[in-house]
Amino acid sequence: MYSEKVMDHFQNPRNVGEIENASGVGTVGNAKCGDIMRIYLDIDDNGIIQDVKFKTFGCGAAVATSSMATELVKGKNIQEAMQVTNKAVMEALDGLPPVKVHCSLLAEEAIHAALWDYAQKHDIKIEGLQKPKSDIHEGEEEDAEEY
Amino acid sequence: MGKIIYLDNAATTKTAPEVVEAMLPYFSEYYGNASTVYELGGVSKKAMNEARDVIADALGAQSNEIYFTAGGSESDNWALKATAEGYRSKGNHIITSKIEHHAILHTCEYLEKNGFEITYVDVDENGRIKLDQLKKAIRPTTILISVMFANNEIGTLEPIREIGEIAHENGILFHTDAVQAFGQVPINVDEYHIDMLSASGHKLNGPKGIGFLYIRKGVKIRSFVHGGAQERKRRAGTENIPGIVGLGAAVKRAVTTMQERTAKEIELRDYLIDRVLKEIPFTRLNGDRHLRLPNNANFSFQFIEGESLLIMLDMEGICGSSGSACTSGSLDPSHVLLAIGLPHEIAHGSLRLTLSDEITKEDIDFVIEALKKIVEKLRSMSPLYEDFMKKSR
Repeated sequence: MYSEKVMDHFQNPRNVGEIENASGVGTVGNAKCGDIMRIYLDIDDNGIIQDVKFKTFGCGAAVATSSMATELVKGKNIQEAMQVTNKAVMEALDGLPPVKVHCSLLAEEAIHAALWDYAQKHDIKIEGLQKPKSDIHEGEEEDAEEY
Repeated sequence: MGKIIYLDNAATTKTAPEVVEAMLPYFSEYYGNASTVYELGGVSKKAMNEARDVIADALGAQSNEIYFTAGGSESDNWALKATAEGYRSKGNHIITSKIEHHAILHTCEYLEKNGFEITYVDVDENGRIKLDQLKKAIRPTTILISVMFANNEIGTLEPIREIGEIAHENGILFHTDAVQAFGQVPINVDEYHIDMLSASGHKLNGPKGIGFLYIRKGVKIRSFVHGGAQERKRRAGTENIPGIVGLGAAVKRAVTTMQERTAKEIELRDYLIDRVLKEIPFTRLNGDRHLRLPNNANFSFQFIEGESLLIMLDMEGICGSSGSACTSGSLDPSHVLLAIGLPHEIAHGSLRLTLSDEITKEDIDFVIEALKKIVEKLRSMSPLYEDFMKKSR
């Protein structure tokens, strides 16, 4: 079902954990749908992401996309981190099954939410960044009619 | 594939070697069509009738009340759709439960679109149907009550005798989906006032693609598949003789080994349940502690998600299943777990383990140690667990 890369990131997730006094923390998803991602960012005075950690409640794809998203933003500046889209995360994982695409959206959303928190705390504006939605699942993926 | 510990016997079972052996001659040696006049066809017919007798005996039914189908889902579809059609002049109301298999629930939705009214009766926190609600749901137009014998996810045994009596007293037909229960618990159709019963071969160490519907004599339901005189003109199509022979052999095996097999399973099931509840914190058992299938254990581990758990168990060679949304292909967790009142996030963290008579105590010990390790690892990654621990500090 999953690519080797997804399985690798699920079995050996990179950057699991918390950062105390993080520059920005973002939590997205909801327990009702079965996915919650939390991303911690440590951003230095030059706007470089020095460290990143995550915690995820969710399926194999949710864990793998969180892990890959943290790898993709680590060491980057804020504008580069903004370029880490769900598509980039998926490509880096050699794809996801169609029903799991929403996990990669959640990973992108989690990064954005952490950046938003950072921007709020430091009273800055990040170009292209919008206030995170609380629940990205609403209205998505209606079951196909069976009859 | 290395050694696997197969604990998903509610999904399907291993076809027993003696069942395969019984089936084999009916592929290339005795391949005759049972509807023919020559001797080769007669061999098939005889084998089919023997299987029918075995099944009828197991249920306390007559042989001409057993109709072979392609499996449990077909039997459920047939029972509901054909009763609805056959008894429409009497009424358009059907009563079922909220925790039925989708073969029942989706068929009910289909019937609702075709002018039928369905009442979905609630269950209590253990998954037992609320009998007072069932009684109150009865209307003059009620033509059928359909309640499963045992639930496929949480293993809860339903009060079938009581439901049968209620149906009988009110002149309403009673169908039960016994796909999980048949072969695991004794069933007598007269004692329980069952008018129709669905069962499947592959859940009791028989082959896939074969099952049956028991239809009590006198119940007026029509043909489901048109095109021939097979199955007393009620289900056309050349009979699946190897499948039927396999089903007969599996039922014979299930009935003769039932007592010994289920006693062993109950002992191991209880050992598993006791140790998991004791050794893994923030865990609950889903379903009734005692009124449950001999081989079923269903847990919810708080703060973690079921699919992750299944993948990690698979890496240890352990096969299980979960009611999490991720394993169902939708966003909602199992309707059964929601019906017993679990919040979504706890329903997402469910794990069903269903035993067979091949499972040993050593296997269970291995599974428990693996579970402890995996649950701990997933919790260490869970933001829900992090929040909970911070709050409780």
